[in-house]
Amino acid sequence: MNTMTTTTPETATTVLDASGVTMRFGGLTAVRNVDLTVKAGEIVGLIGPNGAGKTTFFNCLTGLYVPTEGKVRYKGTVLPPKPHLVTQAGIARTFQNIRLFANMTVLENVLVGRHTRTKEGLWSALLRGPGFKKAEAASHERAMELLEFIGLQDKADHLARNLPYGDQRKLEIARALASDPGLLLLDEPTAGMNPQETRVTEELIFAIRDMGIAVLVIEHDMRFIFNLCDRVACLVQGEKLVEGTPGEVQADERVVAAYLGTPFEGDPGADEVAEVEAAEAQSATRTTRTEGETQ
Amino acid sequence: MTTKTHQTTPVLAIPATVARAATAAGAALTLGSTFLAWTWTAKFPGDLTVTGYPGGLQVLTLVGAALTLLFTLSGYGIKGLRWLTPGGTNSPVRLAALGLLGTMGFTVGAISVELGGVVNLEPGAWIGLVGAIIAFVASLGLPHDQDITDTATPSPLEKFLNSLRAPAPGRPKELPSWAEILIIVAAFGIGLFVVTYGIDTAYPELFVGYLLITGFAVTALFKAGLMARLSAITTKYRSIAVAAAFVAAAVFPFTQSTDQYTLIAVNILIFATVALGLNIVVGLAGLLDLGYVAFLGVGAYTAALVSGTSASAFGVQFPFWASVLLGAAVSLIFGVVIGAPTLRLRGDYLAIVTLGFGEIFRIAVGNLDGVSGPRVTNGPNGVPNIPDLNFFGYDFGESHTILGFELGAYANYYMLMLLAMILVVLVFSRAGSSRIGRAWVAIREDETAATAMGINGFRVKLIAFALGATLAGIAGTVQAHVQSTVVPEMYVFAGPVPPNSAFLLAAVILGGMGTISGPLIGAALLYMIPAKLQFLSDYQLLGFGLALILLMRFRPEGLIANRRAKLEYHETGQLDVPDETLAGTTSGTTKAGA
Ligand SMILES: Nc1ncnc2c1ncn2[C@@H]1O[C@H](COP(=O)(O)OP(=O)(O)OP(=O)(O)O)[C@@H](O)[C@H]1O
Ligand SMILES: [Mg+2]
Repeated sequence: MNTMTTTTPETATTVLDASGVTMRFGGLTAVRNVDLTVKAGEIVGLIGPNGAGKTTFFNCLTGLYVPTEGKVRYKGTVLPPKPHLVTQAGIARTFQNIRLFANMTVLENVLVGRHTRTKEGLWSALLRGPGFKKAEAASHERAMELLEFIGLQDKADHLARNLPYGDQRKLEIARALASDPGLLLLDEPTAGMNPQETRVTEELIFAIRDMGIAVLVIEHDMRFIFNLCDRVACLVQGEKLVEGTPGEVQADERVVAAYLGTPFEGDPGADEVAEVEAAEAQSATRTTRTEGETQ
Repeated sequence: MTTKTHQTTPVLAIPATVARAATAAGAALTLGSTFLAWTWTAKFPGDLTVTGYPGGLQVLTLVGAALTLLFTLSGYGIKGLRWLTPGGTNSPVRLAALGLLGTMGFTVGAISVELGGVVNLEPGAWIGLVGAIIAFVASLGLPHDQDITDTATPSPLEKFLNSLRAPAPGRPKELPSWAEILIIVAAFGIGLFVVTYGIDTAYPELFVGYLLITGFAVTALFKAGLMARLSAITTKYRSIAVAAAFVAAAVFPFTQSTDQYTLIAVNILIFATVALGLNIVVGLAGLLDLGYVAFLGVGAYTAALVSGTSASAFGVQFPFWASVLLGAAVSLIFGVVIGAPTLRLRGDYLAIVTLGFGEIFRIAVGNLDGVSGPRVTNGPNGVPNIPDLNFFGYDFGESHTILGFELGAYANYYMLMLLAMILVVLVFSRAGSSRIGRAWVAIREDETAATAMGINGFRVKLIAFALGATLAGIAGTVQAHVQSTVVPEMYVFAGPVPPNSAFLLAAVILGGMGTISGPLIGAALLYMIPAKLQFLSDYQLLGFGLALILLMRFRPEGLIANRRAKLEYHETGQLDVPDETLAGTTSGTTKAGA
């Protein structure tokens, strides 16, 4: 996996350009002066210990929070801090704690995702002209396509709440894709999944990238992240500590220290930490396991 | 299914064959007794003294006994009757027998209490009562339709409740389409007859008996799986079913010889239409509106003031179509004015503001009397003498003869109100199954996720709120002409006479949120019960509260579960993964941290 480096040429267009994003909650600075860019065709990973501010950063990007400072540009235009306008512009997201419309069917969930790409208002719904029927049919067709893409086409009529956990996560992705985004933000897409399901999700994200959608993904599963991403950024206590290729980030001792804690100078345990660090650099498997222990 | 099942023994340990025979015998006994005299004097309403001709409560008992008998015979597997019980076999028997016992027992009790003692009962009544008791007790010995799954040692109450549960019916036999359409027509014909009978009940005893027997009979039909069959057919021929429903509703005034009950029906229609409008706001978009009746008032006052009545401060007379448009427009404006500032906020602000608006409206029109404020609405006296409508010389205030039927004045308003209701039903179903309707439901389910999916929450909620207000306003314009007087006290938050805000909300919740038929049934019940049982007047609100508590405990989704709730409760081969965190209330579970 170390052979996997940034394949994107320097000239690729920048999809997302967040500069100097800061989010303060009263005295707590959850995100501090973070710069991050995502280029077309890239999969970028965002890692960091619990409470590092990853989700808060996502919320700043998508307009759920208004950043205290900083600007977020999508394809060159500054985004207004309103979630629906951000989605309209072309950024779609999923949530860390699944937020499906539990009492709507699987198909309806995806149809809701089509909202920004359709225009039919109340009048056209009441009058039911030919335009309305056409648009409705087109939405259904697109939604079914997406369900086939994630493999839930047979469960289109089920209630979202009755889906197994892994399917719920996939459905959230399909719902986000329904808005035809240029950038997809995934907040821990494999949390709670078993290894097989994680593999499937990995394939799914590659397929999404191949559809021409840039992906920014938060994940705690290091093996998954380093496998998947062209570039990885590590947030620690709201600040971006490192950014680089998976290889660079994996090798960075500050990242390891952030996950394990920094030893004191001359601390008797320093040797052990150094040992662990060496091991980390070699084996992503080990990294994942250690990371698991810190949780 | 992984849960353990235990062979559940019947509530009473009687051999099943004996139990079935005894049930049939008991029901037959009661059926026969309805042809005998139950009391000696015609002082008890309905005249139960005639031998050979059932009257009043005897007819209802007869229906209950016949139904019990039919279900029991179907349990024998008699050819030609099997179709009666595609779902549960024995639970409908128990329910029908319970309804029979309830009606019979109530009749015996009412005769004894009203005439002063059991001596007033003729032997016929005793025979009927004994038959009903035998039928019910014996029905408890019939096997359960479903085994208890959650406990190995159920208490008697658990056992009894379980004995009323039934499995969903299997795949139906294919019928030719003319037969299915015939079934739809027959079903709506029966429906019309049942509703008409209820509205036409002339004395409270009969209405109580009617509620008892229809309540149990309808539940029995559900348990037997007949309702599921019917709803499958009506979904298949949707447009025919809708047309049949409205034809059945339109036939109602032709069944009436006097205007007395047509007025009740008109009022039910007004109440139901407004409740259905509220269902858009509450049931679809999840916005709690506690002052909805004020929008009805806005429409009614607007129509009253431009109706040409001498009591109006304006002294203008608009044609009806213009006053409907004006009433709708004014309600719309009020809806936007109330909604725009509050719908930006989340949570319960809307409930508080609408509650306030409802009261402000009532007090304001009470004060615009020329003393406390400018003279616009005549204050507490209201606007009287609103003239009857007149369409191209067709006077709504007079009776007309149509197709040889003499139709009273209220029949005209009934038809007009039915049109208004069709409009609201159309708006509800069309808006509900569209992009905007899905956005409403999404907002109700999870506002944060909905906005993250690109839905402009404020805009979409404002549309729902304003649409609801407009529909209520339209209903109000008709109401003003029906009542011919509008006074502020018609538009209170809670009161004994529907529609008021609390009863509207109750009709929606009782009937079933997010459905069309739910609020209609809820409104009909909530209007008829106070109107028919006036002797209850003091206890009415108490009973109302008790009924709501019981309903929330035993059937939180309302009398009619909507399509989504149905998916939740019916086994449709779905993976059954009950999610504790999602179960229960569906709205307002917004967690921090998005
Ligand atoms: N709305 C809020 N108000 C106050 N503090 C908040 C708010 N949202 C997040 N925080 C705080 O900001 C910090 C960062 O939280 P965030 O959820 O972004 O972490 P995270 O990196 O996503 O962690 P995890 O890996 O556990 O998901 C935490 O200390 C959290 O308590
Ligand atoms: Mg997080």
